Amino acid sequence: MNVLSVGDLTAVLRELLELNDGLRDLWVAGEIAEFKRYAQSGHCYFALKDERSSMRGVMWRTYAERHSELPRNGDAVLAHGKVAIYEARGELQLVVDTIVPAGAGILNARFEELKRRLAAEGLFEESRKRPLPALPRRIGVATSPQAAALQDMLNVLRRRFPLAEVILSPCLVQGERAPDSIVEALYNLYDSRVDVIILARGGGAADDLWAFNDESVARAVFASPVPLITGVGHETDFTIVDYVADLRAPTPSAAAELVAPEVDALADQLADQRLRLHGAMRQAIDERRYGLDNAALALDRLAPLSRIGRGRQQVDELSMRMQRALARRSELRAAELRGLAARLGALSPLAVLGRGYAVVRREADGQVLTAPGQAAPGQRLRVTLRDGELSVVPDQSPEDRP
Amino acid sequence: MSAPSPVETYETLYTRLQEVVARLEAGELPLDESLRLYEEGVGLAAECQRLLDAAELRVQQLQSGETAVDLEG
Repeated sequence: MNVLSVGDLTAVLRELLELNDGLRDLWVAGEIAEFKRYAQSGHCYFALKDERSSMRGVMWRTYAERHSELPRNGDAVLAHGKVAIYEARGELQLVVDTIVPAGAGILNARFEELKRRLAAEGLFEESRKRPLPALPRRIGVATSPQAAALQDMLNVLRRRFPLAEVILSPCLVQGERAPDSIVEALYNLYDSRVDVIILARGGGAADDLWAFNDESVARAVFASPVPLITGVGHETDFTIVDYVADLRAPTPSAAAELVAPEVDALADQLADQRLRLHGAMRQAIDERRYGLDNAALALDRLAPLSRIGRGRQQVDELSMRMQRALARRSELRAAELRGLAARLGALSPLAVLGRGYAVVRREADGQVLTAPGQAAPGQRLRVTLRDGELSVVPDQSPEDRP
Repeated sequence: MSAPSPVETYETLYTRLQEVVARLEAGELPLDESLRLYEEGVGLAAECQRLLDAAELRVQQLQSGETAVDLEG
């Protein structure tokens, strides 16, 4: 007989429970009772029951925190989680991660559960969202090739950014095989050197978008090596992949618009560069022209010819000043001279001739006679009068005045 | 694998154009260098414009095993 300790038994039971897939990941419908949240730990304890049975449940703080609203006693709910054994008491309990109102339906409940779980794993982290490339070279598009959504996107890309290349990765976007098909299409794109990926699906009923709420698709989107933008359904539809993607666009066309820079903006940038190019060249030339003008002026100032010119000018100026000085001086002289001449004239012995005096000279030697003895009789004399001369001969022997 | 995409070509040319403009704007280049850059810039701008004007969206479809056979809307 094999005897187990109680501890061994609960360990065996725990192992059994953990190995059973159906008990590790299940949804349970029931009514909440004895709900209690411990303020200190933040964990929630409750009972889940229906008319036949009741079971203990626990929701740890990390999950409780992700619920915007916690259930109250009497609420009919769907709870997601696993069955575990509380070893201290050997009791079974539900370890719950998600509780949603039963009225929301199982699909919604699944959606909420997956969303919470992936959020808890960090798949929606804002910090890991990447910006879209400014100029995508190759744009990967995962969508159904027959859908109008594809044509809408191609039209947008053609209009806005025809420089780009589109790599279309076809996939099914609805039906049972859609999730696998989408995952495959995404991974094909990951291998084809695209710069950005659009995962798109035209609008449809909420159920038609179900593939985009699939966990494997969400994880494939999370694995994208390049920025990925979703354009799934209509504006109001949010799918799980929208939360995982780097960016969510409300529609496929909007996704294409976000991915494609506008070619007109590029043309504007180009025109701007062109203007600057011309402007810079014009400035370079203007600067040189200015420099040249300056140099020419400087050269003029420094040229030997101009220095000679300046020297000549100085010489001219000096000589003019000299001439002026000289002229002034000679004028003075002339005036002096005139004065002297006048005075001289007044003093001249000849001046007395005008008054009737005469000068007598010996003709032979021009000696001026001042005494009669100086003239021998018969010796010719010249008498100078005011208006001319006389030639005379004295007739008697002159006698000097006593 | 394939020839450079038009965007790549455009980016390369446009980046070079920006460099040329920046260098010209910085000034202090010998005149012949300025002229050479200017001519290069004019050529680059013209080629960029040509790329923008002539661009046509190229669409290439990847083959995928299962989905290629039975594609639905």
